[in-house]
Order: sequence, then C-alpha cells, then structure tokens
Amino acid sequence: MRRIPTKRLAAIACAGALALAATACGTSSGDGDGGPKAGEEQGGFTAPDVPMLDKLGDMEGQVNILAWPGYAEDGSTDKSVDWVTPFEKETGCQANVKYFATSDEAIQLMKSGEYDVVSASGDASLRLIASGDAAPVNTDLLTNYGDIEDFLKDRDWNSVDGQMYGVPHGWGANLLMYTKDVVKPAPTSWGAVFDDASKYAGKVTAYDSPIYIADAALYLMKTQPDVGIENPYALDKDQLAAAVDLLKKQKANVSEYWSDYLKEVAAFKSGDSVIGTTWQVIASTIGDSVDAVLPEEGSTGWSDTWMIGAKAPNPNCGYAWMDYITSPKAQAAVAEYFGEAPANTKACGLTSDASFCETYHATDADYADQIWYWTTPISQCLDGRTDTECTDYGDWTTAWTEIKG
Amino acid sequence: MSQRMILSAGLRRSLAATTLVVLVVIYVPLALVLVNSFNADNTFGWPPESLTLRWWKLAWHSQGARDALWTSIQVALAATAIALVLGTLAAMGLRRTRFFGRNVVSLLIILPIALPGIVTGLAFQNGFRTILGIQLSLWTIVIAHATFCIVTVFNNVQARFQRLGGSLEQASMDLGAGRWTTFRLVTFPMLRSALLAGALLSFGLSFDEIVVTTFTASSHDQTLPIWIFQNLFRPNQAPVVNVVAAVLVVASAVPIYLAQRLSGSTAEGLTGAR
Amino acid sequence: MLWLGVAYLGALAALLITSLWTQDDFTGTIQRAWTLENFRTLFTVEVYRTITVRTIAIAALVTVVDVVLAFPIALYMAKVASPRLQRLLVIAVLMPLWASYLVKAYAWRGMLSADGPIAWIASPFGLGTPGYGLVATTITLAYLWLPYMILPVYAGLERVPDSLFEASADLGGGAWTTIRRVVVPMAFPAIVAGSIFTFSLSMGDYIAVKIVGGTGQLLGNVVYDNSSTANNLPFAAAVATVPIVVMLGYLAAARRTGALENL
Repeated sequence: MRRIPTKRLAAIACAGALALAATACGTSSGDGDGGPKAGEEQGGFTAPDVPMLDKLGDMEGQVNILAWPGYAEDGSTDKSVDWVTPFEKETGCQANVKYFATSDEAIQLMKSGEYDVVSASGDASLRLIASGDAAPVNTDLLTNYGDIEDFLKDRDWNSVDGQMYGVPHGWGANLLMYTKDVVKPAPTSWGAVFDDASKYAGKVTAYDSPIYIADAALYLMKTQPDVGIENPYALDKDQLAAAVDLLKKQKANVSEYWSDYLKEVAAFKSGDSVIGTTWQVIASTIGDSVDAVLPEEGSTGWSDTWMIGAKAPNPNCGYAWMDYITSPKAQAAVAEYFGEAPANTKACGLTSDASFCETYHATDADYADQIWYWTTPISQCLDGRTDTECTDYGDWTTAWTEIKG
Repeated sequence: MSQRMILSAGLRRSLAATTLVVLVVIYVPLALVLVNSFNADNTFGWPPESLTLRWWKLAWHSQGARDALWTSIQVALAATAIALVLGTLAAMGLRRTRFFGRNVVSLLIILPIALPGIVTGLAFQNGFRTILGIQLSLWTIVIAHATFCIVTVFNNVQARFQRLGGSLEQASMDLGAGRWTTFRLVTFPMLRSALLAGALLSFGLSFDEIVVTTFTASSHDQTLPIWIFQNLFRPNQAPVVNVVAAVLVVASAVPIYLAQRLSGSTAEGLTGAR
Repeated sequence: MLWLGVAYLGALAALLITSLWTQDDFTGTIQRAWTLENFRTLFTVEVYRTITVRTIAIAALVTVVDVVLAFPIALYMAKVASPRLQRLLVIAVLMPLWASYLVKAYAWRGMLSADGPIAWIASPFGLGTPGYGLVATTITLAYLWLPYMILPVYAGLERVPDSLFEASADLGGGAWTTIRRVVVPMAFPAIVAGSIFTFSLSMGDYIAVKIVGGTGQLLGNVVYDNSSTANNLPFAAAVATVPIVVMLGYLAAARRTGALENL
C-alpha cells in the first residue's frame, strides 16, 4: 500500500485544509475503519483535527502503554529482558503495560481513550488516524527522531501529508528459508515454494494465516502479469481465486503450516520442513544449517509505529516513552529480543551481536523498498481501482479455510 | 484377598502387562518434558546435546510465571467455591423432585462440560461482550469456569444423597432440630468427603483450562495455561515452560493423595461415582 | 439453578441468535438483521461438510482408541490390584492431567518429529514416525483425554459385584466369555459416560491440531479463525452450532444407556 499514487494525491489535495481549518477534509469521517480507500472516495484522506502537543510539560508520573507482546518487556517474563524499568527510573513515569493480540483489539482499546501510546502495525495505524484516535506527533520534541532511518519517515502508513502521526519502531520481512544441505541450488524466487514445490514434496512449510494469501498474490503479480494484480492486498474475486488455486496446488507439498516461532524452528531442526516462509529471527535461531533470503519478487513484511492517543491522559510521559523506546539502547534491546530491524540505526553499535543490523538489513533502504507491508484487505480496492469490488479479510479467511481443506 | 482371585491367572497377567504398557505410554511424553527441561537446546533438539540447569534458574526467577500461577489459583479457588455452593444447592433441590424437571436440570448441568470448550467459550464471550457489554476480566473467567465446574460437585453430592437417603435428616428434624441445624450437624458432615472430591476435580478442571479461558480472559489477565501458551511463542521461553510443567506434575501428587486419604474409597472419591 | 439457566443457557441462546445476524465487512461491526446467510454458506460450501465429517470421524476414533486402552487398565485397577496398588494407580492416572495441556501436546510434537524418539526407536525396525497430520492428531488427542476415560470406567467396574464373576465361572464361562458377556455389558454405561468426555473434548479441540496436525484442520479451527482473526462472530456462531447439534444427539443417545447417571 506504499505505492498507491492516488492516495498520496488525495492526501496532498487535502493538505491546505488540514493546515488551515481541517474542516473541509476532515469532517466527513464518522467511522474508524475507513482505511485509505475511504479517503479516496471522499476526495481526501480524512484526518480529523486533532491538536498536536507544542511543548512538553511536567511528567504525569505514569503512562499507559498498549503494546505487541515483546515490545515493552519489564522483566516479568525473563529477569534479564527489561527495558521498561530503566525507563521508569529515568523519567519517573510508572509504565502500565497492556498487551494486545490483534490489530482489531488494539483499535478497540485505543478508542477507550485510556491509553497514551500504542505500537500500531500498518493495518491499524491508518485506521487510528482516520478515526481521530491518534494525534499528530511533534517530532521536534523527540531527541532521538533525527537518528531514525529516513526511508521509514513520512510513509503513507505513518503520516498524512508530511505530518508524522507516530515514531517508526521497527520492521521486518517474511523471508524464504531453506536447509542448505537439502535445497540445491539455492533458491532465489518464491517459485521454489509455489511452482517448483513438488521438488521438496512433504517438506514445504507456509505461514498459517489468511494473510499468507498475499504472498501467493505477490508471486502472481510478478510472474503472471495477465492476472493483473497491482497490490497483493487488493484482490478482486478472480484474482483471489487465482491465488487460492496456487495455494491449493502448494498444499499438496506442504508438510505443515506454522504459526508460531517454536514450531518452525523445531521443524527445520528436525528436518520435518526444509523450505518455506520465515522471519529472520527464526533463521538466526536455527543457525548455520539454513539460509534466509529475500527472493527476487520481494516479499511481504511488517512495519510498526508508536502512536500517541488523541485523548492521552498522560501526554508528557507518552512522549517520554516514545523518545525512550526509539533511543539507541532501547531499540537495540527490543530489536534483538523481538527479532526485527530497529528504526534507529544508532542501535546497531549497541547490539550484543555485532552483525545484527547487517543480518536484518536495518540500514538498507533498497531492501526495505521491496517489502509489501501487511495491511488488512478491505472491500474498497487498496490499489485505487474503483470499477470493481475487492475481497476483504473475511473473504480471505473463508478462502484460507478452503485452501487447507 | 480371595476377591482378587476372581479372574484367572493368565488374564490377570495379561491385564497387568497391558496396564504397564499404557502407563509407560502415559509417562514417556512426560519424561520427555522433564528431560527437555534440562536440554541445553532451547527448542528441544533430540537427542539432547548437553544438559543445563539454566532453565530451572530462569523459571525460579520468572515473575510472570509466579503471577500467572497465583492468578490461576485465585480463579480456580473462586470457581470452585461458586461450584461448591451452586452444585450442592442444585443437588439438594433436586433431591425431592422426581420425574419432571429432574432430567432437564441434570442435562442442563451436564451440558457445559459435554459441549466442546470452544462452544462454551464463544457463547460466554458473545454473551459478555456483544449482549451484555461487559469488559472481560478475571470475573468473567471465574463465571465461565464455575459453570462447567458445577457438574463435578453436583454429581458427587447427588451420588452421596442417593446412597445415604434422607432418614438421618428426618430423624434430626423429628428430634426438633431446625433446617439450618440439621444441615450443619447432619447433612454437611455426611457430604464432606463428596464435597472434597468434587472440589478437587473442579479445581483441577479450572486450573488447566485453556480454551474457554482464551475466550473469556482479557488480555491483561494471565492464567498459567495462557502464560504457557504465550511463552511457548516467545524466543527462549519454551524450556522454562517445561520446567513449570514438570514441577506441576510432581506437585499435583500431593493434593490428589490427600484427597484420596480424606475421601475414603478411591473410586467414589475421585470420579464422582456412586 | 437460576445461575445456570441465566448464565449458560442465556449465553448459548445468544450465540444462536448471533448466528442469524450478519457482519458488516467494512466496519467489522455486527448488523442485527435476520438472515440465514451464514447457514446457507455452512451447508452449501463443500469444505465445511468435509471438515465436519473429518472432525466427527477423529472424535469417534479417539473415543474408540481410549476405550480400548482404558478398559484393561481399569479392569486391572478395579479387580486385580491390591488396595494399596489401586491407590497408587489412581494417582498415576490422575497426575498427567495436571501437566499443562499445551506442554503435553508439544511433547507429542517432539515424540513424532522426524528425528524424535519414535523415529529413533522405530528406525532399526525399518519403520518411521507417522509424521504430522491426522494420525498424529488422533494419537495426541487420545493421549490427552485418556484419563477422562479410565476414571469413569474404573468406577463403573468397581461396582460390578465380584460374585458375578464367580457365578459366570461356575456356569462354565471362560475368562474371555465372562468379560464379553458379563463385564462389558455391566460397564457399558460407564464407558458411554467416559466417551462423552473424550468425544466432546475432541470435537472442540483446535490447539492440538495446530501443534501436531500438519496441514489438517478441524471444526474448532474454523470457529476460532472466524471469531478471533476474521472478527466474524456471526459465522463463527453458525459453525459452532454444528458441534452443539452433534453433542445433543450424542447425549440423547447416551441417555438411553443410562450413562448420564454415570458422569
């Protein structure tokens, strides 16, 4: 969804309004689930007028944090994994951390107005902006913002017309992993798990989620132009059917679908799986017997942003948290624990594994450019088509059930 | 022990052998859990390349595991308490009723445990959130757990009533004792071991429940099974989970043993049989 | 009593009602308009039929495996073991119930993996592990629910009077005949009672399948996927009516054997 020219145009068209009164473009939004396409239809991206903090005040003494599990560890899981306690000592803000499991849940909780900051993924951030639940972020108040990689700033999942609505946190790609001894020659294309999967019949693995359909769509987009896919998250009925067909053929060669970290690591170690989609952190855990590559078609992936609530009760501590979590030290700790590329690449000097950033391509803008970040498909086509209706996540779920049979 | 000779020697031997085999099958995976809690490889590579005590140390210091254990105990205790009261009341209420209503209520009590957990869980989640608009909390877990725990208490108490009949209580009433006095001095002592067995089963059911809990817990409340579920998916936490499981298995022998001693007959005490 | 009526039946009824509503794809909110659309999808799309049949078959298979495993051990406990051994055996059977469900499922994942203990032991005989899939799911579920079968059967057998065994022997019945003609019919309600547990627990499972099921999926997965990831509660509710109907049928059949008194 980063490559949607129409949406960017729409956002620009609305720019003046946002700066002046924010009423012309911003009032028509009633629902929080508009997503990017809602903006297009209404002739502009609907970013309601939410005031931005211009200067920091006194700390409130506490901050309510909504986070993906693993993003705000306070040592309760593992005593040595703790970057929340240093924050509390440094700022005097007591951190109340709540974990959420899905983007939908995060949005629901943010709507309550009780939370100051949230780690939002690409499929949640725009919905939070459009519904007026997230406030623009005054990046001048953040000391570490300047160190964040430029290719993560002002992207269309975290900003509206040059106004940042959050601080980039970290990102990662869904890679192609294979066991070196078994898979020869080394694969360079997703074709290895789709068209050529039969070569490793019964040893192929795939991610167990409807969103994996986007991986098949991406492959079709690059290899079968006549299917006409422009964005792997914007599939009309026929395009979805083509992706489903591809996945059904793949299934005959799949040993199992993986959904958790442990399951895939164990399967590759034991030889139950030899090739399939993965995260870098899994490949690193397994070690030298496997290799994980970004295939020539590019890949799907994720990019997360810390956002501040429009009704944040503790905005100063909220800013303090956003600044702290993007500091080199905290970024190094989170990135290594969670297994993703840090947004602040000054962290690279502080990781316990000296080559961490290299492994995760943290500074590689070209690499990041080949990733299609996870986005929830909705019935309005995210690629800007207006002559047809796209399939939404509910359709994808049904399709995924059918694929697994 | 003449009664132990009712089956022929050959049959007894083959039964013993089968029992042994089944027990081995039951305990081999558990032994694997124990071995893996010492396995230096953090994803249980087999056979273990080297052994370590690291996971035991980590588990001992894990605040999350302790909190989750405490939450689980609280939930299980609260659910058991509710189940004890309601299960006993239901059994006492049904004692005098015959025919109509009796079967219906019996079925109603069995239903929460007989229907798959995912149905019960979904029904409660839908009921709490969509219909009643209540935020999920520790109490929603307790309510859901209590509902499927009632059956264990109900069955034990009802079985005891059927075996003992009502003559003792009638005698008590005839001698001038009030309802409450009768309950306190006659009915309750009579039920004590049945209640204990029901409570133990109910505690166990609630303690290891994950499906219904997943649907009725807020993301903030972590019972031990949920903690285990989440930690299996975090890097380097799986072996710690093995340690916790190994400890639980060994520790569970204590309450089971105590309950057996207190409830007299093994069969009746622990299965709710009559 | 009132509690059960309100809390549980109310929740179940609400679930059924929800299944007749529909979900707005755009906002993800539930629209309270009556429709049979969810059920039409459920009945007409073939994949749901396949999954239903598969789920029932696995639940039945798990139950059969558990009966076969549980009967001898329960008979041994009830009629052969000394009281002391009996007590120890009950503890031995109950203890695994306390090891977390997830940990046990993962233990079986380890047992069944390509380089796990089973493959290790079986390979000298030219055999291998069944790998992950429906066989592995059946084994794991049968393992998980075995204690729920052993206990009721054991309790049922303990109630069979010893004199019946003697009478059968006096009348010339061999050991096998006695078991087949006397013991099994007497214990049958207890077996059915145990099967209610194993059958319903298997019907609703979705976690063990994810761990050892390979590419397979059961009804529980469909309910879970639709309610949790797709946020489509109405359809999840519609799917959930399938196990409800199956279990009600099962309970009705079980009632005729008098098994409900044995739970």
